[in-house]
Amino acid sequence: MTTTDLKLYQIGTFAAGNRLLDPDERSVQADPGRANAITSGHRACQGCGEALGARFVLDAAIRAAEGNIVTANATGCLEVFSTPYPESAWQLAWVHSLFGNVAAVASGIAAALKAQGREHIRVVAQAGDGGTVDIGLGCLSGMFERNDDVLFVCYDNQGYMNTGVQRSGATPPAARTATTKPVGVEPGNVFGQGKDLPRIAMAHEIPYVATATVADLRDLERKVEKAMSVHGARYLHVLVPCPLGWASASKDTIRLARLATQSGLFPVFEAEHGVVTATTPIRQRVPVEDYLTLQGRFAHLFGEPGRPDVVARIQAGADRNIVRYGLAAENEVVPHG
Amino acid sequence: MAEPQLPFAITLGPGSSRSDLTGSWRTERATYVTRQAPCGNACPAGEAVRDWLYDAEEGDAGYERAWRRIVETNPFPAVMGRVCYHPCETSCNRGQLDESVGINSVERFLGDRAIELGWSLPAVAAPTGRRVLVVGAGPAGLSAAYHLVRLGHDVTVREAESRPGGMMRWGIPRYRLPRSVLDAEVQRILDLGVRLELGVRVDDLAGTMAAEHFDAVLVAIGAQVGRRAYIPAGSAAHVLDAVTVLHGIEAGERPLLGRRVAVYGGGNTAIDAARTARRLGAADALVVYRRTRERMPAHESEVQEAEEEGVRFRWLSTIGEVEESSIVVEQMELDETGFPQPTGRTEVLAADSVVLALGQESDLSLLTGIEQVDLARGVVHTSPTMMTGQPGIFAAGDVTPGDRSVTVAIGHGRVAAERIDVWLAGLAPAPEPPRELAAFDMLNTWYYEDAPRAHRPRLELVRRQSTFEEVVEGLDVDNALYEARRCMSCGTCLSCDNCVAVCPDNAVVSLGMPGSYAIDLDYCKGCGICVAECPCGAIEMVPEEI
Ligand SMILES: Cc1cc2nc3c(=O)[nH]c(=O)nc-3n(C[C@H](O)[C@H](O)[C@H](O)COP(=O)(O)OP(=O)(O)OC[C@H]3O[C@@H](n4cnc5c(N)ncnc54)[C@H](O)[C@@H]3O)c2cc1C
Ligand SMILES: Cc1ncc(C[n+]2csc(CCOP(=O)(O)OP(=O)(O)O)c2C)c(N)n1
Ligand code: SF4
Ligand code: SF4
Ligand code: SF4
Ligand SMILES: [Mg+2]
Repeated sequence: MTTTDLKLYQIGTFAAGNRLLDPDERSVQADPGRANAITSGHRACQGCGEALGARFVLDAAIRAAEGNIVTANATGCLEVFSTPYPESAWQLAWVHSLFGNVAAVASGIAAALKAQGREHIRVVAQAGDGGTVDIGLGCLSGMFERNDDVLFVCYDNQGYMNTGVQRSGATPPAARTATTKPVGVEPGNVFGQGKDLPRIAMAHEIPYVATATVADLRDLERKVEKAMSVHGARYLHVLVPCPLGWASASKDTIRLARLATQSGLFPVFEAEHGVVTATTPIRQRVPVEDYLTLQGRFAHLFGEPGRPDVVARIQAGADRNIVRYGLAAENEVVPHG
Repeated sequence: MAEPQLPFAITLGPGSSRSDLTGSWRTERATYVTRQAPCGNACPAGEAVRDWLYDAEEGDAGYERAWRRIVETNPFPAVMGRVCYHPCETSCNRGQLDESVGINSVERFLGDRAIELGWSLPAVAAPTGRRVLVVGAGPAGLSAAYHLVRLGHDVTVREAESRPGGMMRWGIPRYRLPRSVLDAEVQRILDLGVRLELGVRVDDLAGTMAAEHFDAVLVAIGAQVGRRAYIPAGSAAHVLDAVTVLHGIEAGERPLLGRRVAVYGGGNTAIDAARTARRLGAADALVVYRRTRERMPAHESEVQEAEEEGVRFRWLSTIGEVEESSIVVEQMELDETGFPQPTGRTEVLAADSVVLALGQESDLSLLTGIEQVDLARGVVHTSPTMMTGQPGIFAAGDVTPGDRSVTVAIGHGRVAAERIDVWLAGLAPAPEPPRELAAFDMLNTWYYEDAPRAHRPRLELVRRQSTFEEVVEGLDVDNALYEARRCMSCGTCLSCDNCVAVCPDNAVVSLGMPGSYAIDLDYCKGCGICVAECPCGAIEMVPEEI
C-alpha cells in the first residue's frame, strides 16, 4: 500500500491563511485584527513591493511587541509615499530621519528609552537599500558594533528608486538604471559583489541576521518574530521588487521575489552571531532567465543579438550562491534550458 | 473636515492617508469570480466535483456534507467509485502538476461510508399528483426515478428482469461491482417511495399509456441484445455472445466455455468476458481485436488488470472461421486512415469456444406504432431536452445515441427528470448560463503542497484468477482525506486569505465568514497582484470604463 504523508493541508503554509489550519497557525496577515501598520491611501506605485514588505514586517513586529513599538524611517520611497503632508499612512509611532542617519536615530531612541526605564518599547529602524548599504552604512556599522537594541530592516529594491532609479551598492550586475545605461561592452551595472550587507552585518557578529522576501510571508513573519525575541542589534534584509525601477508588470511583484529565490540569485538564510544557522532550500529551481526576462531593466540582455555571455555570468553568480548557502533541494532536477 | 486634535509633536494623524482615495488611479479592477472546474465540467453525471471535494477536505462532518452534495445529482456514489470511467480525473488540472486527484477513489470512500453509516437520501417534495412511468430499472431509469420522486411526482418503474440495476447487475461482473453495494444504493432510492414492478416487460408503450394514463414516460431500456456478426462456423462450433454469458452467470448459471476461450471484440464487455472466463477456470482466455491496443475502446486500466490476471491479447486480428476446437484468425493492417484492412495472412488457433463482444443493440419493439419517435439506426433520438418527437415520451441512457456508460446514463436520467418536471409544469426549460472554465494557467500552483497521489491497492493476484471477489480496494480514512486535500479547488475561492495578505494597498477586506472577501474600490490601484497570487484562479482583472 502506498505510504503517504498524512499531514497534508492542501496549501499548507504557502499561502497566508488556510481554513484547514487552526487560526493561530495562520499568518499575521491573515488575522482580521492585524495592525495594518501602513494603511490604505499611501501613494506607492501600483504593485509596490516595498509598501507590502513594510506592512508584513511591522504588523508582525507589532504583534510580537504587543504594540509597544516605535519606528524610525530613513528618507526614500517608503517615507515619501507614506507621508505626503498633511497625511500619514502610518498607524504606529513613526519618525522620519535623514537619508543617511536612521541607524543613529534609532540607536538614540533606544538609548533614551533605556534611560527612561521603558525598555519594553521596542525600536525598529527602516531604510531602503540606498539608505542602508550606501549613505547609511557608517551609522549602521556603529549601531551593530555597539550592539544597540534595534531591529534594522532594509527594504532592498536594488536602487535609489525614490529619486528616479539611480544605481546603489545593492543594484545587481548588468541592471539598467538611470546612472548605469545599457550601452557599451558591459551594459548596465558593473559586475562585482556590490555591497552584500547581510554578510557585512554577519561580520559584526551581531545576535541575528536574516534575509527574506515578500514572496514567502510565513518565513518573513517568523524571522521578524524571532528577531523581536532577541535583544541587541538585529538586521533583516528584505527583497522588495519595484515595478517602476525594475520595469516589471505590477502584478509580478511577488512572482519576481519568488523567482529571485528559486533561481538562487537571492539566498534566503538566517545567521546568529556571525554563523549561518538556517537556509531556505530552493523548491522549484529555475534558470536566471525566468527571472530576468520579466524585467525591463535586463531587456538589453535578450532579443537579437542579446548577451548570452552576460546572462551566463549572472547564472554563475546564482550557482555560486547555491553552493555557498547549500540551497539545492534534495533530488533536484535543474531545468536548464 | 474638522482637524483632529493631535498630541504634542505629532504632526500627521495616524492613518490620515485614508482620505486619499488612490483607487482613482486604477484602470482595471480586481473582481472575484467563480469559474467552472474542469473535473465537474467533464463529469457525465454533472457532479459538482470541486464542491464536494471541498467539503470532504474537512474530514469528519465534512464527509457527510460531501456525500449529500454528490447525491444532489447522483444517487450512486459507491457504484460510481467502482465503475465510473472517471473522465473527471482525465481532465483534472492537477494532472498537469503531478498526477490527477483520485476523485473516483474519494467518491467511493464517501459512498461506502454512507452505506456503512446508513445515511439516507434527502426528503421528497410534496406530491404533485402527476404520474410518470419509467421503463427500465438500469442506471438511467433509476436515476430519473430518484429525481422525479424527489420533485414530488408519482413514479412507477417497470422492469423486465427479476432484479433492478440493468447492466450494473447483468453486465458488470461482481469482481468490479459487489452486489451488496449495488443493492444498498438501489434500495435507498426505492425507500423514497418509488414503485418498482419487476418481471414486467413493457411490449406496447402506446397501449400502456392509453390504458393507464401516465402523464409522461421515460424510455430507459438500454441495449440488451448482443450484436452478432456473420462468421462461418462448423455445426459443432461453440459461439456465444458476451452479454448472454455475463447475464447467465449473474443468474447463477455456469456457461460451458471450455479450457481455451477466444473473446472477439475490443470494448469493456470483451475484457469482462475474458476476465470472467479466467475466473470460471479457462486456462487460456484470448481477446481477439481487429485494431491496435491504442485504439481499443476498453479502458487501459482494465486491460492492464486483465493482463495481470493472465488474459492474452491478439491485436490487429479478425476471426474468419470457427470450428469445434479451433478458430482461423486473419492478420490485419492499418491503412492511412487508421482503418484495419485484411492482409490475407491467416493462422489457426486452438479455441473451445468463441464469445462475441461486438456491442449491444436495443429492442425497440415497444415503440411500434408511435410514429413521431425517430428510431433511425436502431436508437431513440431526442432533442436536447431528452424528449422524443412524441410529446410526453422521453428517452435516456444506452437507448439513445452517444457515449454509453453508467455515468452517462445517470446524467441522462437526471436531465430527463428535470425536463419532464418542467414539461409537466408547462414551462420552457431555463437555459444554463455558460461558465468560464478554470484552465490550468489561471492557477498559481506554487501555493499547493507537494503531494503525490495515493493509489488504491488491488486484491492479490491468485484470488483474482479464481474468485469473483472485488479487485480494487478502497482508500482508508487517512488516504481519502489526503487525496481530497490534493484538490486545488480550481476556479473557486478556497479561503486561503492570500489576497488579503498580498495587496500592497490593503484593499482586500475579509468579510468575516471564511472565503468571503471584497475589494475596497476606494483603494484598489489595480496592480493585479491578488489575481496573480490567488492559488485557484478565483479573481480576475476587469477593465474600468474610462
Ligand atoms: C459487460 C459490461 C460492462 C460494462 N462496464 C461498464 C463500466 O465499468 N462502467 C460504465 O460506466 N459502464 C459500463 N458498461 C456500460 C453500462 O453498463 C451501460 O451504459 C449502462 O448500464 C446503461 O444504462 P441504461 O439504464 O441506459 O440501460 P441498462 O443498464 O441496460 O438498463 C436497462 C434496463 O431496462 C430493462 N428493459 C429493457 N427493455 C425493457 C422493456 N421493454 N420493459 C421493461 N424493462 C426493459 C432491462 O432489463 C434493463 O434492466 C458496461 C456494459 C457492459 C455490457
Ligand atoms: C543626503 C541626501 N542625499 C540625497 C538625498 C536624496 N534622496 C532621497 S531618497 C534617495 C534614494 C533612496 O534610495 P533607497 O534608500 O534605496 O530607497 P528607495 O527609494 O529605493 O526605497 C535619495 C538619493 C537625500 N534625501 N539626502
Ligand atoms: S518606485 Fe518602486 S519602491 Fe518606490 S513606490 Fe514605486 S514601486 Fe514602490
Ligand atoms: S484539482 Fe480539484 S478542482 Fe481542479 S480539476 Fe482537479 S479535482 Fe477539479
Ligand atoms: S492587490 Fe490590491 S490594489 Fe492590487 S489589484 Fe488586488 S485589490 Fe487592487
Ligand atoms: Mg532602494
